[in-house]
Amino acid sequence: MTTGGTEATRSGVEVRLEDLRRKYATTTALDGLSLTISPGELVALLGPSGCGKTTALRLLAGLEEADSGRVIVGGKDLTNVPANRRNIGMVFQAYSLFPHMTARQNVEFGMQLHKVDVLERRERANEVLELVGLSAHAGKYAHQLSGGQQQRVALARALAIRPKVLLLDEPLSALDAKVRSRLRDEIRRVQLEVGITTLFVTHDQEEALAIADRVGVMQAGRLEQMGPPTEIYSRPATPFVAEFVGLTNRLRGTVRHGVVDVRGTEIPLVEPGVPDGPVTALVRPEAVSLASDGEMEEGPLVGTVIAVAFLGAMSRVTVDLGDTTVLAQMPTSTASQHPAGTKVRLALRPDPVLIQREEPAPVS
Amino acid sequence: MSRSRRRRLQLFRAIVFLVLGAFFLVPIGAMFEFSTRGNALTAPRNLDAWKNIVQTPDLTEAITASLELAAITCIAMLVLLLPTMVWVRLRFPGLSRVIEFICLIPLTVPAIALVVGMVPIYRWIEINVTDSILILSFAYLILVLPYSYRALDAGLAAIDLKTLSEAARSLGAGWGTIMLRVVVPNMSSALLNASLLAVALVLGEFTFANLLFYENLQVAIAYVGLVSATTSVAVAVAALLFAFTLLLILSFVRSRSGTAPADPADIQIAQPLAASGAIIGRAR
Repeated sequence: MTTGGTEATRSGVEVRLEDLRRKYATTTALDGLSLTISPGELVALLGPSGCGKTTALRLLAGLEEADSGRVIVGGKDLTNVPANRRNIGMVFQAYSLFPHMTARQNVEFGMQLHKVDVLERRERANEVLELVGLSAHAGKYAHQLSGGQQQRVALARALAIRPKVLLLDEPLSALDAKVRSRLRDEIRRVQLEVGITTLFVTHDQEEALAIADRVGVMQAGRLEQMGPPTEIYSRPATPFVAEFVGLTNRLRGTVRHGVVDVRGTEIPLVEPGVPDGPVTALVRPEAVSLASDGEMEEGPLVGTVIAVAFLGAMSRVTVDLGDTTVLAQMPTSTASQHPAGTKVRLALRPDPVLIQREEPAPVS
Repeated sequence: MSRSRRRRLQLFRAIVFLVLGAFFLVPIGAMFEFSTRGNALTAPRNLDAWKNIVQTPDLTEAITASLELAAITCIAMLVLLLPTMVWVRLRFPGLSRVIEFICLIPLTVPAIALVVGMVPIYRWIEINVTDSILILSFAYLILVLPYSYRALDAGLAAIDLKTLSEAARSLGAGWGTIMLRVVVPNMSSALLNASLLAVALVLGEFTFANLLFYENLQVAIAYVGLVSATTSVAVAVAALLFAFTLLLILSFVRSRSGTAPADPADIQIAQPLAASGAIIGRAR
């Protein structure tokens, strides 16, 4: 059994970012970001590139300075403490192992700087290397390790100094898909085992939803929504979140008496109290189901399957409704009953949906 | 690749090697031969010229001075250039063009023009501060800038400086530790290249020293040549061998480290070495 954490790290500390602002020459990277991470929690910041998520992480690490706002870790104000005195572990997007050192030397580097004595250093290095499953590769140099192994060593190196907080800056984005999902789960396992407060930055919504306790969706330097993955996915607070987290169909409809009528199906609203009128409803692909049995009369929800994308256990079916196309997601076994060219009738599940006001000149 | 083709390629390589080897070795061999001639036509061969090197105080002094100058210039160059380049790369990447331009200026200004500009400063220093020859290292620092800059730049480009330094900082390293334990070990071959260029340039330098009235190795060779041609040639051979030894040490260090990729800075070694050879030749 590995013993990755000590009493100090297992308990974890609280991290508070207070009204952080950061402007670059032409762009505003952070526009008043406030965020609290509970002790031992894994929070993922999710957003498109340029939304400020990496800037937030770098401010917490001390690698950049905020124009205003405060960074508080474990009750201590670290805003003006340089990066090398913050005791915050970090794993980078780019491979960051020191090329002239072996995996073990990389792991021991930080401990040497913290004046940990030789015996304890050895022991701790063994411990964290075992934690990430790389004991057998301790003597190898970075160029002898695969990308996934390098990122594991980087994780072990970051944890070796018993940091108060762990920062992960898109650590998986340079890896191929299979390694990525395995390492993702492993990072979560290690994080839970050590119990360290962790901030994870990614642009991959699947990654964020899979391992985070809470996900913060960012846009233009602000937090759009913060909540558990299920909440973010099923009850997005804004159209941006709905579109960014998961695929979404944009279907025209009309609001009448607090429900939206989309092609003859009445669907409740996430936020009732919208005045009547034309809107765009954001419908999740998994809320769309298909039927190809019985009579196929022409109707607003009858169309032709034009493509089936196989995603493993699930498949995504594209249906042409004449004036628009709709994505439907379902188990592959169900999708196989509707090959391309089949005429199908759609059914929309009455899950509450978000709507957008019809724009004056719709694009499609 | 077919067998006959491979054989032809090997033959071609051998020929190139022989021709180039002859190109370098024949003149050096001839110089060595000349340096062992006796004074009269019928005099037997001897090593008097070589013995003279250590027995001529002016010469030994000049050799020591040149070696000291080379060491000082080399260290000063590294201390000045490396942290500056690292800093510019990390903090002010926009300035790197400016730094590059400044460092390359000495290449475009003829040595004679540089010296003329420096004469008043050196006169003043000589009168008011010190008349030690080691003061030349300031001028030599400017002289080696373009070459050393190029070598170091290639080395820095080969590592992900930003990520490595940030990783080190997050692990608790200050800037000194980052320089000595992360940057330097990862660009050892570039540092060796830059140092070798500096040493070779300083050992081969004649114009500055001569026009500023200091006696370094090359100036001394020129003066000795007026008295004893064989001694001056012996010193020239010794200087060349010294430069070749440095090159050998460099390639030995690199092949031992084993993993160093082809380094664009390698190409540049040839230039100042050839230059120092040319100056040695001119000094004769």
